Amino acid sequence: MSAATLFGLCGAALVGLGLYGLIIHPQPLRKILAFNLIGSGVFLLFGVVARRGAAAGMSGDPVPQALVITGIVVAFSATALAVALLLRLFHITGQATLSPEGSKNARQKRTDSQ
Amino acid sequence: MTGSAVFSGSANGGGFLLVLAITLPTAGMLLSFALGGRLAARTALLLLPAGLGVAIAIAAGVWRTREPLVYYIGGWAPPLGLALRADGLSAAMLTTTAIVICATGLYGRAAFRIPAGVSEGRASLVFWVLLMAIWAAMNLVFLGDDLFNLYVALELLTFAAVPLVCLDGRAETLVAALRYLLFALLGSVLYLLGVALLYGGYGTLDIALLFGLVRAEPIALTAVGLMTAGLLAKTALFPLHLWLPPAHSGAPPAASAVLSGLVVKASFFLVIRLWFDVMPGLLNLAAAQVLSTLGAGAILVGSVLALRQPRLKLLIAYSTIAQIGYLFLMFPLAAGSASGSLVSNVALTGGMLQAISHAFAKAAMFMAAGLMAEALGHDRIAGLRGVGQLRPITVFAFGVAALSLVGLPLSGGFVAKWLLLTAAITAGQWWWALVMVLGGLLAGGYMLRVIAPALADADEPLIPRAPVARSREMIVLALALCSVLMGFLPLRPLGLLQIGRPNVSEASGR
Repeated sequence: MSAATLFGLCGAALVGLGLYGLIIHPQPLRKILAFNLIGSGVFLLFGVVARRGAAAGMSGDPVPQALVITGIVVAFSATALAVALLLRLFHITGQATLSPEGSKNARQKRTDSQ
Repeated sequence: MTGSAVFSGSANGGGFLLVLAITLPTAGMLLSFALGGRLAARTALLLLPAGLGVAIAIAAGVWRTREPLVYYIGGWAPPLGLALRADGLSAAMLTTTAIVICATGLYGRAAFRIPAGVSEGRASLVFWVLLMAIWAAMNLVFLGDDLFNLYVALELLTFAAVPLVCLDGRAETLVAALRYLLFALLGSVLYLLGVALLYGGYGTLDIALLFGLVRAEPIALTAVGLMTAGLLAKTALFPLHLWLPPAHSGAPPAASAVLSGLVVKASFFLVIRLWFDVMPGLLNLAAAQVLSTLGAGAILVGSVLALRQPRLKLLIAYSTIAQIGYLFLMFPLAAGSASGSLVSNVALTGGMLQAISHAFAKAAMFMAAGLMAEALGHDRIAGLRGVGQLRPITVFAFGVAALSLVGLPLSGGFVAKWLLLTAAITAGQWWWALVMVLGGLLAGGYMLRVIAPALADADEPLIPRAPVARSREMIVLALALCSVLMGFLPLRPLGLLQIGRPNVSEASGR
């Protein structure tokens, strides 16, 4: 198995793991982490593409590498925005959950204590 | 070979307009952020007419020369450099976006006014900065000719749209924004995966170059499948629509107008680019039927849920889901016949006209709902009785926009749905026509739920909670009339939208 194939399979595995996590986990923080996992898999795939598409005598095609750098910046900003929203939500409600049941329980508790 | 024709073609006159269309709103965004306070609003309002002028100039240029405007960034032609390209579809969407953004800016001027004596409000600054950011990102989506460039544009659009959802900072809007962001991120990472596969397979991401290279082989099919799935999550097509109603109904009215009218159309526009411009050969009937079935599901589920909503803004948001469904009915109709044929063109024109008339109508509706809520202090549908006497122009504008959404004759929505209906019958796919008619009936039902009580007499005289300037009502009415007037120029968009279509040029070259 060549290095490119190995890394390609690793990338596919990362994307699969991340997709599973993003869909299965209800907690937003885990979803954000899962998104980053998929992102890493995709960036690895770009690396494999760069290696395979290299012209003779070159170690890599520079275009996918440029795309990966931009992609990392975008994924970083997305993560920062998501974490900022999550922190703000935690400050206001005291819990970091997306499910309507969570807020319903909180409302229930509030009415119970009144 | 189309690819070689693109190679030899150089940037043509008017290309600088494409750069202006992106740099003007970007400059507005940066200046608004740097100046802050009242100057932020003033800067944005100054740039609105300039941006509208640029969009109209681009549309006029495309219309006059009958060929797309192209600009090579830095003078480097693809595949080395990046191109900006405005064809008929881009020109139509650019103009629509400019008109809706201008109306939103004028409407938001009063909504986000900073009271005298207060230095600056966070919501007001964020609104003006992000309105300009959305405009810049939308224009980049319409003009970009490189799939990775378009990915960056989509992400910029998401980052500008998500904070608008939680502008007032309540917990439920934060949850809505976070859920929107997670759906959008899943969509964009799937799109990026498709981009990686396409680059690996063909070594270029330029749309015009890919058009000549892509074949129906596993790597292209996987890539386009992943990219389409990602874009559908961002467009909120059923069953990936769950994030839309809380996000669009929780935002302030001016923000909802932009989010519901424009932002979801950007990812839809990329689906069209992908299926019609990058790989028209891959648009086979089976795949298109899947898209269309999802669209039909969206029409029925969205309309039925809209009938059951207790709040006006939620009803309008669910109606957006239903109207997005219509957009995807055009795919099997365009695929069922030869590309570039009359039926295919009629279906594409119908779909684009639906996107444009819905943008005007939905923006008008959210703004009208905002004015009604300002007058009543709430937006419960059960409490709308008598608002027609309180705010006659607002309710009239809402009704006019509803005309177009329901698709009553002589409105933009009617012409759009009529074209789709004709294409469905001509292509022999009558079942989509049934869905459209049923969707129209349901739309009539949920719009009547709002208009009937609004026109009824109030049980007790209503006292407006806040005065509303006549000018804001007029802006809403103008947008609603735009949506209806689209119905009076059916032949002009038919010509404009076909400019620069690759399948048309190839068909004539054969």
